[in-house]
Amino acid sequence: MKRKDILGIKDLSKAELNELLVEAEVMRGHIDRRERLSILSGKTVATLFYENSTRTRNSFDTAAKNLGASTMGISVATSSVQKGESLIDTGKTLVALGVNAIVIRHSAAGAPRLLAENVTASVINAGDGQCEHPSQALLDVFTAKRHFDDLAGLKVVIVGDIKHSRVARSDTLAFTKLGASVTLCAPYTLLPEAIEEMGATVEPDFDKAIADADIIMPLRIQLERMNGAYFSTIEEYHECYGVNERRLERAAADSIVMHPAPINRGAEIDGVVADGYNSVIEEQVTNGVAMRMAMLKYLCAQ
Amino acid sequence: MMLLLKNATVVNADGTMITDVLIGDGIVKRMERDIDELEAEIIDCAGKLVFPGFIDMHCHLRDPGQTHKEDIETGSRAALAGGYTAVCCMPNTTPPLDNAAMITYVKERSRVAGNAEVYPIGAITQGQAGAKLCEFGKMKAAGAIAVSDDGKPVENGAVMLNALKYAKTFGIPLISHSEDKTISADGVVNAGENATVAGFRGIPKAAESVAVARDVLLAEEADAPIHIAHVSTAQSIEVIRSAKARGVKVTCETCPHYVAATDDEILSYNTSAKINPPLRSSSDVEAVIAGLVDGTIDVIATDHAPHSRDEKNVEFDYAPFGSVGLETAFSVAYTHLVLTENIKLTDLSRLMSAKPAEILGLDGGRIIEGARADIAIVDPDEEYTVNAEDFVSKGKNSVFDGWRLKGRVVKTIVGGEVKF
Repeated sequence: MKRKDILGIKDLSKAELNELLVEAEVMRGHIDRRERLSILSGKTVATLFYENSTRTRNSFDTAAKNLGASTMGISVATSSVQKGESLIDTGKTLVALGVNAIVIRHSAAGAPRLLAENVTASVINAGDGQCEHPSQALLDVFTAKRHFDDLAGLKVVIVGDIKHSRVARSDTLAFTKLGASVTLCAPYTLLPEAIEEMGATVEPDFDKAIADADIIMPLRIQLERMNGAYFSTIEEYHECYGVNERRLERAAADSIVMHPAPINRGAEIDGVVADGYNSVIEEQVTNGVAMRMAMLKYLCAQ
Repeated sequence: MMLLLKNATVVNADGTMITDVLIGDGIVKRMERDIDELEAEIIDCAGKLVFPGFIDMHCHLRDPGQTHKEDIETGSRAALAGGYTAVCCMPNTTPPLDNAAMITYVKERSRVAGNAEVYPIGAITQGQAGAKLCEFGKMKAAGAIAVSDDGKPVENGAVMLNALKYAKTFGIPLISHSEDKTISADGVVNAGENATVAGFRGIPKAAESVAVARDVLLAEEADAPIHIAHVSTAQSIEVIRSAKARGVKVTCETCPHYVAATDDEILSYNTSAKINPPLRSSSDVEAVIAGLVDGTIDVIATDHAPHSRDEKNVEFDYAPFGSVGLETAFSVAYTHLVLTENIKLTDLSRLMSAKPAEILGLDGGRIIEGARADIAIVDPDEEYTVNAEDFVSKGKNSVFDGWRLKGRVVKTIVGGEVKF
């Protein structure tokens, strides 16, 4: 049976991941040739964002338009959501307006699932709380695959605020499903309980964690976390967990640096690294559109 | 009108006996085999278990102020359906039960309802704000059975110490919802693997156990009794076990959901499994059962926490904490403690009737000649699937909805009258 929703990497089989990766490569070709498609003409894709985001939202919007779909952006500040409309009611209203797919970002884990269970439209999770961010993980494995071809046996290091990160969780699931090993690196304050059970290795010492790594992915560190006593100063954080040129020398020779963006130069990553030849950060953005086209096509095309 | 329970297997805390039970004038008149009483209506109890009516030390009736969730009439009627002949309702209503007039309101409403007996629990501090003590003496005179900070724990240790001494002065039990809110913070489920996988903010076990330790030590300091509500972690139980061993006057309760369910329930984002304290891991469930077996845990209470469908049918983070429990407590405890041979029927009678009565200073909790005829009759062989839509309670938010359970309450007698 065809899948209605993409709510998390958890639910996707390895075969589905590979299918999406193949499709994304085709889409990437269309983007490179600046071709517009009409696969989803007559369909409407809504982006329903309960959290601020320009990047992910614009990426989905561009992806939908590239496929010929109409798009509708529901921004929380101007909608009835502010008046206290429930998520389910908002979703049903969108369906009544003729929406075929809803791309939702929400601060509450499980919100996309609640929506999916209550509407007939397809639902794509664009990030829910600390739970999952499947499109980010898919574009990350897609970007990695374009560099390394086979992900089996690769070492991925994700460093930073793992505890509050849906990207870390989804990436861990996606990379391990495709045969890579994932090391999560953070002070113990920023590591969630029992994260090893999701298939990752934990190493709080970044110098050890980065050894022979093929892919290094720093996560954005939010300065507010200092108020919750999660770490001390940004100086110490940068010293211990920042990606810099010295540390990169410990990684594998042809390693790449990814970042889910937006980046904090001088905090989790040095400017020279972000702009350096190992960096694939801009490529991730283009690949994000390609992967989101693949996801929309996967769910919505006849 | 007299009632005659024929061939009843009476299950008291101190033993089981097969007997006839003659009930009249609201009390148990005679207990012996082969009673003939032509005037009495006969209830055939062959094959049934006859318990002293259950007494729930911990429920939320939401009245006044939140009657879309539950009210005193529906809540006390739901109690009857669960074999409860008396329930104690927590003071976190709107406004809270923090003075004698509010206590009188609950007593009057429950008298009019005429279902299970309702014993209101007064707040510890005015407005549940954690600062000024309520009038324990006046509230007790108006009918308050205990005082508690349930839902809004007293953060200030000095206030809690004085509250314990003040409660001791009036001989009113103090029930503590022991939780360090700075540790539980904005968590929604038990911290652990399931929280991490599901992407929920976790509530560390220490949020409970640290506060239990503080409150038990304060009670020791005050030389005053304390009853700890809804214990759910292995560490809390160990703290209480060691305090009891050195003579601290501490008692405690757990709830059926901490016996039968783990935080696996939250993996489906089921908001009925969002409960505070949260459903814990299987090692905690084992510790809770061990605490019930060795007597560290004195009471099984429900923490019946009804909410409306619309309040629970939202994002997990936004749903209020709580599961209803009055109508499933016996079946869950019987299925998951007695049938599993962890405890005996007499233990269940102690945990659900005799001990609550003893802690609260109530007559009852035993079926003996001369006692008030508060009785629950259960069919131990009936197996059924819980359907929350069938509940008497306004709250359908049951973590046990859809569960297969064995042993069901078939009749509830309050003061000699069949009420269910």
